Amino acid sequence: MVGERRGFLRWLLGGGIAASLASFLYPVVQYINPPATPEAAVDEVAAGKVQDLKPNSGRIVRFGSRPVLLIRVSDSEWKAFSAVCTHLNCTVQYQEQRRQIWCACHNGLYDLNGAVASGPPPKPLEEFAVRLRGEEVVISRRS
Amino acid sequence: MLLLRTDSPKPSRLGRTYSWFEERLDLRSISEFVAHKTVPVHSGTIWYYFGGITLFLFGIQVATGILLLLYYRPTASEAYESVQFIVTRVRFGWLIRSIHSWSANLMILAAFIHMFSVVFLRAWRRPREVTWLSGIALLGLALGFGFSGYLLPWNTISYFATKVGTDMAASVPGIGAAVARFLRGGEDVGGGTLTRFFGFHVAVLPALTSALLLLHLTLVQKFGISSPPWIEKRYPGGAGGVPRMPFFPNFFLRELMAWYGALGVLGCLAAIFPWELGDKADPFAAAPAGIRPEWYFLAPFYTLKLIPSHVWVVEGELLGLVGFGLLVAWWVLLPFWAVNREGVERTRLVTGVGVLLIAYLATFSLLGYFK
Repeated sequence: MVGERRGFLRWLLGGGIAASLASFLYPVVQYINPPATPEAAVDEVAAGKVQDLKPNSGRIVRFGSRPVLLIRVSDSEWKAFSAVCTHLNCTVQYQEQRRQIWCACHNGLYDLNGAVASGPPPKPLEEFAVRLRGEEVVISRRS
Repeated sequence: MLLLRTDSPKPSRLGRTYSWFEERLDLRSISEFVAHKTVPVHSGTIWYYFGGITLFLFGIQVATGILLLLYYRPTASEAYESVQFIVTRVRFGWLIRSIHSWSANLMILAAFIHMFSVVFLRAWRRPREVTWLSGIALLGLALGFGFSGYLLPWNTISYFATKVGTDMAASVPGIGAAVARFLRGGEDVGGGTLTRFFGFHVAVLPALTSALLLLHLTLVQKFGISSPPWIEKRYPGGAGGVPRMPFFPNFFLRELMAWYGALGVLGCLAAIFPWELGDKADPFAAAPAGIRPEWYFLAPFYTLKLIPSHVWVVEGELLGLVGFGLLVAWWVLLPFWAVNREGVERTRLVTGVGVLLIAYLATFSLLGYFK
C-alpha cells in the first residue's frame, strides 16, 4: 500500500516536472522558429529597356525577393531563369564566352535551356517567360 | 593564544592580506594542488603545448571580440559599414579586427594539431574517453564560431558561404528544411540570418564553450596528462615511472614561452597581412569567380565539387552530406572502436585512419584552394 502510494507520488511528481518543462520549452521552441513572412505575389516584372542589354550577355534582375537571370541570347531571342543554383543555393551568372550559365561556388554549368550541362547541380533551373512590351523587357512566370 | 604573543614580528601588509584571503578561500589547498601537478617528460612532450596554445588563442578571441562589440552593429544595413568604420576610422581598429580573424584561424589550426597529437600519442585511452568527446565537441563549437563569425562582416564571400552552408543543412531528409529555416531566421539568408548568427556567435556559443571548457579542463586535471604507451613500457613502473617535470613553474613557464611565440606569429600575421573586408553582400549579385570558404572548410567544399549530381538514384549533395556525417560520427567515436572486445587496442588501425584523414584534409584543402 505504501509502495503503491509512493509510486503514484513519484509518477505525479515526475509527470508534473515533465509537464512544467514542456510548458517552458514549447514557447521557446515556437519563439526560435521564425514566423513565415508572406511574400507579395509577383507575377511579372519590368526588367529594363531592350538596349540596356547587348546580345550574348546576361544580367540579374529582381523578381520580387528572388534573383532572376535575364539573358539576351541574340538580337531577338531572350531567356530568363531563376538565378539560384539548384545545387547549394548560390547565385549563378551568364558566361558570354562559353554561352552557358555558370555557378562559381561548385562549378555547376547549365545550358541556355536551363538544363544541367555539367557539375553537381541535381535539377535544371526554373525558366521564366520573357516578352517585349515596346522597348521594355518583361519577365513573367511561365503558366 | 597567538594573539597574546608579543615577541613575534608584526606581519607585513602583504602577509596580512594573504592571511585574510587564506582564511576565506583556502588558498593553500590550491597551491598544494599546483605543487603536486606534474607533466611527463619524453620525446613527444612538445605536443602537450598545443592544448594550452588553443586556450590562449581563445582568450585572445574573447578579448578582441569584446573590443569589436563596442562598434559592430548586427543588421544587414549597418554591419558592413560598421566593420568598415572599425577598420578605417577607429584607431587600431584594423589591428583588432585583423587579430580577431587571424587568431580564429590559428586557434582552429592549434585545435586540429592538438586533436591529432591526442590520436597519435593515444591519449584518448581509458579513462579519458569523455575528455576526448568534450575536446571534439569544443572543436565543433570552434568551427561553429568560425561559420557564424564569417557572416558578421556581411560581405559577398561570407554571404555565399552562409547560403551554401545553410543549404547543406536543408538537404538533410526530414528535418533539414526546419533546421535551415531555424539557422536562417527565414526562408533565405538575409538580415534575420545575420542577427541570429550574431546571437549564436556572442551568446550561445560562448556559453556552451565555457561549460564544455570547464568540463574538459577539469577532466584533464582529474586524470593528469597521459604519456604514450610505448614510453610507459620503457620504464619499470609503467606510467608512474615516466620522468616528470613539475607543472609549476617548469611546464608553466615553457607554456608561457609557447604563448609568447604564438602571440608573435599572430601579431606578425595581423600586421603584415591585415584581414580584408571585401565587397558588401548583394543578394542580387552573382557569386564571384574564385569563391571559396575558409581553409578549414575547403576539404568538404572541394569534395562537394567533385561529387556528380546523381550517384545511381541518390542526389550527390545528399550523398556528400551523409558521407561527411558518417565520417565525423566515426571519428568522434574513435575511443570506442579503437579497442576490441578483449580490450586490446587497434593501434595500427587508429594510426592508419589518422594518417589517411590528415592526407585527405591536406590534399583536398590544397586542391580546393588552387583549383
